Amino acid sequence: MSLRLSYRADPGNPWFSWQYVRDNSDTILSALGDHTWLTVRAVVIAALVGLPLAVVAYWVRPLAGPIVAFTGVLYTVPSLALFAFLAPYLGIGALTVLSVVVLYALLVIVRNAVAGLNQVPPEVREAAEGMGYGRWGRLFRIELPLALPGIVTGLRLATVSTVALVTVGVVVGRGGLGQLIFAGFQNNFYKAQIMTATLLCVLLALLADLVLAGVGRLLTPWAARRAG
Amino acid sequence: MSAIEQAVVWLNDPLNWTNPGGIMDRLGEHLSMSAAAVALGCLVAWPLGLWLGHSGRGGGLVLLVSNVTLAVPTLALLTILPLTFLGFGRPAVVVALAVFAVPPLLANAYTGVRQVDPETRDAARGMGLSGGQVLRRVELPLAVPYLAAGFRTATVQVIATAALATFVNGGGLGEIIRSGFGLSIAAGGGQILAGGLLVAGLALLAEVLLAGAERLVTPRPLRPARRRAARRAGNAVTGG
Repeated sequence: MSLRLSYRADPGNPWFSWQYVRDNSDTILSALGDHTWLTVRAVVIAALVGLPLAVVAYWVRPLAGPIVAFTGVLYTVPSLALFAFLAPYLGIGALTVLSVVVLYALLVIVRNAVAGLNQVPPEVREAAEGMGYGRWGRLFRIELPLALPGIVTGLRLATVSTVALVTVGVVVGRGGLGQLIFAGFQNNFYKAQIMTATLLCVLLALLADLVLAGVGRLLTPWAARRAG
Repeated sequence: MSAIEQAVVWLNDPLNWTNPGGIMDRLGEHLSMSAAAVALGCLVAWPLGLWLGHSGRGGGLVLLVSNVTLAVPTLALLTILPLTFLGFGRPAVVVALAVFAVPPLLANAYTGVRQVDPETRDAARGMGLSGGQVLRRVELPLAVPYLAAGFRTATVQVIATAALATFVNGGGLGEIIRSGFGLSIAAGGGQILAGGLLVAGLALLAEVLLAGAERLVTPRPLRPARRRAARRAGNAVTGG
């Protein structure tokens, strides 16, 4: 009976198949686009909120401890738990995913930016003050440029971990490439689909990291000159 | 009824705790797979990290391992490993979790040995200790606070990640959250929230307990300096 049913050679379940990529290029590209767009939005929002927060922590010393401690506690909260906290209020969909990844990215960006700002040598700060820079002029002309390496490190770490974290969004049905990974697992453990989505995830993280590293180098030409 | 009230009601139902597949069962699964993963991670990462630190080589390797694992989604590893020779079930989940425990353990073991004062190392050599003896009797004791810091980071991370095992039907407290999502937000909102509270509470509890343990094994004179170092190492390693 079973012999008669197997009229075709066993297609197998390869780890990678160009056939799969060709036949499903639309699905893959839309998942990749969704993933990228979620990541970009998350990092941009987190940077827009996180950098001013870091400056506040830098200016108002008594706030620095609580802000960094709070980000630390929030960082301990598992991602799935954060989804569970937000989903009942924000519903199922992109808004919940975006909120969770923004929160995590925010923590990384704030911590690294505060560390970067704190590394500005006091002599430099005093010299700037002596030259007549006000608080804002000093911030934009002296302190933020000097803190750029720390800020860029924070952005890179935040971006890479956001790319990985978006996949957990499958729990509310908007996991970008995670959607493909999970569907591949559920649909008879389709290895090619799982592997393709995973590779794209890692490549996306790598590419974003390289782009940000390049931007960082362009913004801080003096650091490259000193190193080489 | 708001989601919070629903969650309180759900948590107050004793059957939700004692039923098969209830909170107690899930907690047991969560703890046992986390413990196995951390143990496996320590078994691999500590000897390697200590040896790399002792020989002073492989700093690049340590950095590479932590960077690469940061980019690999947990979900991907959890779904890929059961399809390899590991097969479905507990071993694959434990290995996947252990992979994410390795970077903090490895980096802290490496840093712990590297930060030992070179003069101390020279003195030990001068007293006639062999390489292995220097590692065992001088570098290892001095690295203990770093090992403890790595252990704490790794354990908290594994407990957090173990919640995702539910996606491959691996059990653990994540099951409560996911079955809540299966009911729809209106009906399962309370259960989702309650599951989230349990997972987050467990992670925070582990963090607090292990921070105490870390303090306990750190010799008193090293404490303040150590705290700063831990924060620095933590930022460099986990970051995200």
